[in-house]
Amino acid sequence: MNIVVLVKQVPGTNKVEVDPVTGVLKRDGVESEMNPYDLFAIEQAMRIKEEYGGNVQALTMGPPQATAVIEEAIYMGADKGTVISDRRFAGADVLSTTRTISGALKTIGNIDLIVCGKQTTDGDTAQVGPEVAEFLNIPHAANVTEITDIEDGHITVVMNMEQLLQTQRMKLPALITVEKDANTPRLPSLKRSFQYQNNVPVQIRSLDDFEDENPDKYGLSGSPTQVERIFPPEKNIDRAQFEGEPEDLAEKIADILKQKKIV
Amino acid sequence: MYNKVSQRDIAYLSAFIPCERLFCGNDINPDYSHDELGGIENFPEVVIKVTSTKEVSKIMKHAYDNNIPVVVRGSGTGLVGGSVAMYGGIMLDTTLMNRILELDDENLTVTVEPGVLLMELSKFVEEHDLFYPPDPGEKSATIAGNISTNAGGMRAVKYGVTRDYVRGLTVVLPDGEVINIGGKAVKNSSGYSLKDLIVGSEGTLGIITQAVLRLLPLPAKTVSLLVPFDNVNKAIETVPAIIKSKSVPTAIEFMERGTIMFSETYLGKKFADSRSPAYLLLTFDGNTSEQIEYEYTSVAKLCLSMGATDVFLVDTDERKESVWGARGAFLEAIKASTTEMDECDVCVPRNRVAEFVMYSHRLAKDINIRIPGFGHAGDGNLHIYVCRDDLTQEQWKEKLEQAFDKLYKKAEELNGFVSGEHGIGYAKRGFLKNQLGDLQVSLMKRIKLAFDPKCILNPGKVIE
Repeated sequence: MNIVVLVKQVPGTNKVEVDPVTGVLKRDGVESEMNPYDLFAIEQAMRIKEEYGGNVQALTMGPPQATAVIEEAIYMGADKGTVISDRRFAGADVLSTTRTISGALKTIGNIDLIVCGKQTTDGDTAQVGPEVAEFLNIPHAANVTEITDIEDGHITVVMNMEQLLQTQRMKLPALITVEKDANTPRLPSLKRSFQYQNNVPVQIRSLDDFEDENPDKYGLSGSPTQVERIFPPEKNIDRAQFEGEPEDLAEKIADILKQKKIV
Repeated sequence: MYNKVSQRDIAYLSAFIPCERLFCGNDINPDYSHDELGGIENFPEVVIKVTSTKEVSKIMKHAYDNNIPVVVRGSGTGLVGGSVAMYGGIMLDTTLMNRILELDDENLTVTVEPGVLLMELSKFVEEHDLFYPPDPGEKSATIAGNISTNAGGMRAVKYGVTRDYVRGLTVVLPDGEVINIGGKAVKNSSGYSLKDLIVGSEGTLGIITQAVLRLLPLPAKTVSLLVPFDNVNKAIETVPAIIKSKSVPTAIEFMERGTIMFSETYLGKKFADSRSPAYLLLTFDGNTSEQIEYEYTSVAKLCLSMGATDVFLVDTDERKESVWGARGAFLEAIKASTTEMDECDVCVPRNRVAEFVMYSHRLAKDINIRIPGFGHAGDGNLHIYVCRDDLTQEQWKEKLEQAFDKLYKKAEELNGFVSGEHGIGYAKRGFLKNQLGDLQVSLMKRIKLAFDPKCILNPGKVIE
């Protein structure tokens, strides 16, 4: 099995502030980390490798410092990794991002399975995984909680559809996004980091390596989404306090919930 | 002997304690008859939820004049029966005295009432970028409970124990007099340290109604390492080497696969790695990533050279939560794995920990009883649990006594102490007497009498 895990570097805190003037996320001085959802994807990929053999490589798109998440993936057990980094990719929306990532995946070639986290903590769209599958014209399954079997060129997975669990068998190559808490991610090994020292097997890919080198299709110019404004969500801290007998209170709460159409 | 609480006493107390804070007879919640130690229970005759030093003083004066025993209780999370009213009498519940009174950022102290919970205290000071270092596992314990047992916790390796962070105390003496001992000053060499006598006295000398605690600036970053070994001995033998290397982790915890498995079952969640028989869990703190990385890298290399099979990095909030969450559940997890258990909380010199743990393993085999454990390897304080499982009450009693007898003897042989942080309370008195000998016990008894000539405070505990 040749497995590629897609990972992303995100701000290492959920207290990221939005610049009120420019509407841009203030990333300066904020430490970054691997998108926590991707840890479940790496763990899933490693377990498939351990059971079915093969190799795992990690792939990310971002500025050169995003190499850190690829190194982390390697310290967690991945065999090697790729960073897609080019100024011409900057400012990409979901569509442009997925076009870029699938372009890079084509340069790798011969992939059996692509594993992603269910979403990122900064973008939160949960669309990049499935869209990559569309670009590559391969089947996908989202919110996967379990891989039940891989045989005869097919993978069988269990998907969490909120109200129900769906078992789905897909032809390989395929893409899955892994549900949060589907497993306990392994920890990065310092022993592996010492072994690699300064020779971590990470390659950098730019637009020059792509089949389709038309710069208009990538980055900001390839993004149909126009962001008008980014703003932090309003905090709702409305509170009401009631006192009385438990039965009356219960009725009162039930009435309010009905009024607000919550029940 | 002591007097029972009479109707006249209740009438007197009711005059200044409203009925919703005073409970008698059948109205007393069974929780007040025990702490978290199994098998030792007795009801107090009256429970009063106290709210001020003045109130405590008035109650004590009455109890003293009428020879009624008084026991103080915080959250009741003790493990040695320390807050069980063995002679009945009055129990003072301090949990309503839970206000944080002052944060003095010029002297780096916080002044609190006795019933503030450890988790509330650390949350409050950390919001102000300050740090109360003592870190016992039981976060719902009250601060005065911690002071009364001189609780230790995980960060003792680098930061010391509760005693090191108590600057001043307001104490109600058994006859109702109130004293303020210590204060905000950093140095104090003015006479005997009564403050240090009260710390660790388990409610037998006076009643703490206010405490001034020392704080430190909050370290900006912490990183932990989870270090697997292919046998227990190798893991623990690495600890003295780490200490010798002059690197100062805030915590060096030791755990075995068995205990990790209990916590997986208890929490219903897999641990980040459970392939190895033994692990060390180390934490480093500091103000910059570079400084911490420098420290943990050298310790990681040392561990590998001492036979560690790997060194895992626990650096993000999610990873810390996953690893330390499991560590925090060990006590409850072992409890849930058996029908009944009792604990041995000995503390031995750090270079004898391996010997003690290996001894507990041999003992478990010899007398055929399960003795899982874990501990603060960095400070030599071990938590070893003798489990009843399916033994009959009679077999259990006999085997427990046999196991404890041998474990405490071994600790003494290794120059260790009966208790590292849980205290003596009711359950460990015999072992303490054996270890201290007559001379020290009689000295302690005279100290007790100097504070409490009628012995009405927490009778039947520690050295009685």
